[in-house]
Amino acid sequence: MTSTTTAPSSVTPAVTLDGVTKVYGRGENAVLALDGVSLDVAPGEFVCLVGASGCGKSTLLNLVAGLDRPSGGQVQVTGPEKSAGLMFQEPALFPWLTVAANVELPLRLRGVPRAERKERVADLLRTVHLAEFGGKRPHELSGGMRQRVALARTLALDTPVLLMDEPFGALDAMTRDILHDELERIWSERQLSVLFVTHNVREAARLADRIILLSSRPGRIIYSTRVDIPRPRRIDSAEIAAIAAEVTDRLRTEVGRHGQ
Amino acid sequence: MASDTLARTGSGTLSGLDALDLATQEKGASRLGRLWSATWPKIAALALALGIWQVVVWTGWKEPWALPGPVTVLSDLGSYLLTSALWDGLATTARRAAVGFVAALVVGLLTGLAVARVRVLRAALGSMITALQTMPSIAWFPLAILLFQLSEQAIFFVVVLGAAPSIANGVIHGVDYVPPILIRAGRNIGARGLNLYRYVIAPAALPAIVAGLKQGWAFAWRSLMAGELLVVIATKTSIGAQLTYARELSEAPRLIAIMIVILVIGLLVDSAFGAADKAIRRRWGVLDQAGS
Repeated sequence: MTSTTTAPSSVTPAVTLDGVTKVYGRGENAVLALDGVSLDVAPGEFVCLVGASGCGKSTLLNLVAGLDRPSGGQVQVTGPEKSAGLMFQEPALFPWLTVAANVELPLRLRGVPRAERKERVADLLRTVHLAEFGGKRPHELSGGMRQRVALARTLALDTPVLLMDEPFGALDAMTRDILHDELERIWSERQLSVLFVTHNVREAARLADRIILLSSRPGRIIYSTRVDIPRPRRIDSAEIAAIAAEVTDRLRTEVGRHGQ
Repeated sequence: MASDTLARTGSGTLSGLDALDLATQEKGASRLGRLWSATWPKIAALALALGIWQVVVWTGWKEPWALPGPVTVLSDLGSYLLTSALWDGLATTARRAAVGFVAALVVGLLTGLAVARVRVLRAALGSMITALQTMPSIAWFPLAILLFQLSEQAIFFVVVLGAAPSIANGVIHGVDYVPPILIRAGRNIGARGLNLYRYVIAPAALPAIVAGLKQGWAFAWRSLMAGELLVVIATKTSIGAQLTYARELSEAPRLIAIMIVILVIGLLVDSAFGAADKAIRRRWGVLDQAGS
């Protein structure tokens, strides 16, 4: 059984996974985390990966981000840097740096000259609506604001591909709704390709062009659906609820099958 | 009661910005008050210690030439502070402390980094560094004197052996406990190899390193004093040498006055490290280091 989903367009995909397998450990203790996952993300496409816990979602993002190597198959990210920006559930900001310095660090590491860096940082902080908070330290901000800083820092990488590992999972519903709007705006303004991992089905329906469902242990693609609801969307609309219900049903079947 | 606390924490997390304003207001208003409330217990404790000392002297437990009272000692300290002997001795001792500590710093940092980084070295040296820490530094002196005779090298040898293990342990501990998420984030934004150390691991390990430095200083200062008592170089006066002379000449007030000088210097340097430690923790936000 092959589990393949392809983007509908014929242009070069932003991200390509071809028969990707990941095994952790060796011998008897070996755990198959991902089993032959093939998937494309088209340029400018917003793809949400949904699955029960332990389905290898985070493993998959690590592979695309280049923080880990696949045991089999191929991972390809197109673009000049061949790399992708990664955001986590925790903001993972550097507490010893100010907000501005956190956002500046990726630019600095790439050797962007100082004057240009300053301009870019101010611009990025404006983008995430934190223009006045550049001088603050991460611990002085609220959870949602920290996640905005993390987003700005990831955007500073200038990669056309954005990988997000449950980035809003730890936030309250209100903050999450606001950040959904912001992410959608930034995604369309910058024409990013996003691979977004979540276990929140409604969130997936709210954001995605396409939802992909992963089975657990080993992670395989078991279902994929397009979300054709026009944007801007509301997370509490009936259409979103209908899509979410359908995906939840599939997910429940999958979890039930595993429970036996 | 329980619901009251709950409600307060709830609003606290929601209004992060308001909490910020409150914090700055508090800071300005009660600075003097806070200084006073931190100082008076120390003054009271000092007065109590002097009082007990005076009472012990009044009981006549020891002859006054063996145990002089606080008034005698403090007036001797006053005149001692005006002698050039003190300042010459202090200069020698401070130079030795600085050179010894910097040498220990270099040795400790390099060893710590190497051990934290290389698995074989960790297996080989990890427990040995801790073992070295438990060795009383004065026990090194017989060997040091055999190796370097009665010289400054002998003192430096022991000071470095005393302080370097603490500093190395601070570095190892700091590098080990860098939150893995920060390393992943660092690698993702392009900090690899040496840059990962410079921009992520070193600053993340800094609080533990400063704690190691503080402990290392305490060991260095103790080793140095032990060394100056044992290794008296006739041509060079030092605080430790003057302490030895004071005992040989049975100058009890001077002896205690020198001890007070030693105590104060140790305290001053220690509080400098303490201030550095505090500044770092304030900068980071004490409560949520790992989370942010």
